[in-house]
Amino acid sequence: MDAKLPAKPFNKSAFVIRMTLLSLAALTLVGFLTFDYKDLDLGEAVKKTGDTLGTMFLEPHAKHFTVGEAFQQVIITIGLAFLTTLFGAVIALFLALLTARNLSHPVVSLVIKGVVAFIRAVPTVLWVLIFAVAAGLGSVAAVIGMTFHSISYLVKAYSESFEELDDGVIEALRASGAGWWQIVFQAVLPSSVSYIISWTFVRFEINFAVAIAMGAAAGAGGIGYDMFMASNYYYDLREIGFITYVILGFAILLELLARGIKNKLRTNH
Amino acid sequence: MRGDFIVRKRVNSLLFCTLLLVAMLLAIVVTEYDAVKGFTSVPKAAEWAASNFYPDEKSMKKLPEIFDKLTETLLVSIAATSLAAVAALVFAILGSRTTGIGGPFSVASRWTATVFRNIDVAAWSMILLFSFGQNVLTGYLALFFGSFGFLTRAFTETIDEMSMGSVEALRAAGAGYVSVVIHSVIPSCLPQLLSWILFTIETNIRQATLIGILTGTGIGFLFNLYYKSLNYASASLVVLAIVIAIMIIESVSNYVRRVIM
Repeated sequence: MDAKLPAKPFNKSAFVIRMTLLSLAALTLVGFLTFDYKDLDLGEAVKKTGDTLGTMFLEPHAKHFTVGEAFQQVIITIGLAFLTTLFGAVIALFLALLTARNLSHPVVSLVIKGVVAFIRAVPTVLWVLIFAVAAGLGSVAAVIGMTFHSISYLVKAYSESFEELDDGVIEALRASGAGWWQIVFQAVLPSSVSYIISWTFVRFEINFAVAIAMGAAAGAGGIGYDMFMASNYYYDLREIGFITYVILGFAILLELLARGIKNKLRTNH
Repeated sequence: MRGDFIVRKRVNSLLFCTLLLVAMLLAIVVTEYDAVKGFTSVPKAAEWAASNFYPDEKSMKKLPEIFDKLTETLLVSIAATSLAAVAALVFAILGSRTTGIGGPFSVASRWTATVFRNIDVAAWSMILLFSFGQNVLTGYLALFFGSFGFLTRAFTETIDEMSMGSVEALRAAGAGYVSVVIHSVIPSCLPQLLSWILFTIETNIRQATLIGILTGTGIGFLFNLYYKSLNYASASLVVLAIVIAIMIIESVSNYVRRVIM
């Protein structure tokens, strides 16, 4: 009875999953072993972080601006996020039509996909800083840089949802003599509008976070800049706590809004 | 009837477009965005980049330094993601509607994730800078907290959406909670979970650049150093290195996704 059980047949996907998990674990280990900790006293630092978080969140105050001004700054941040999402969405919509394999020439599609992949690989903050050399630090560089990244993200999302469209629909329209624009407006856009809206909203949420970061890292204004000043110039923990609460409140509001829109779209279809 | 429908549809889309236009104008006013300057700065930036922003021979000497920092940043991103994934899996299993133990713990787990997710990594890095200083762990922890929040949401949704058949079958056969989770929930969700982990690693590398600029660590610090000292040739080499690294990781994870999904 001690005959060996037959080995499991080789399963490529299980093998790849196992290898990926193993390499992630190995790289994590290598990371922890090779990091330059600079003689950091971990216990001390963790204790200090606890104190910092305690001061931040339990005794928040606003010293360098009033509560009203803080809201004004958040509105600027939301404005940045809105502008970049809108510009990005409009431009991306056209590019995505040229990128979707079922609507465009394969060469054009490949070229745009390559360019977009390159744009996406460069972090947003670097785009903003690169544009800042030509336009100066401020909202212009931030909007253009963030729009660039939004375009690349949305082109990928939109074109993939266009490609999911049933080929038969396009063929039927083409056979009945419809032109390219007619196919786009009568078949492609109506069938993917819910995808488009939900991806655009995802990007809006991302852009809100990015706009905060750009305020801090690239002088784009808004609440992120106040946070940067509070942490790097005034060393005012309580004020950072206050700003964090404001941001957190607005972010949760956006998330609830997104969830509401998603649910509404789901019931409509 | 039909004409009415089309008219209503047209009016609706016209209203929607007007609303967007008004919101855009408002946003332009509050952010003090100069639209003309915005348009003209794109060709200007392209012109500047074509004449200044490319690696030259001198910058090649910085390559070992850049490679060092890039490896560190990559390892930080991967290490932060994989530990965050373990923590997120525990929270997601406890917080999910399918496998959750329910009650206050479920709610608490979801809210923890929401709070962690909505405090941006930029905020985390500035908070941690106070206690950890210019250290690799500052960026690590900022990424860890951000990824933990994001992955908990993604994992919870994945587990919520899985089919309940095998869970019910195991339960009917008398399996306990732990064995249901280990033998049914995790195996059937694993490809999805892994896909989310790979996605997070890609995002984290980009985020790490930003954190590096804010906290003075890793590849972001190096870029900022060259950028601020107007050494654009070396800065462009840093950008190129990041692009190549991200594209390699993207193609590896695309391959893995194609095989496992």
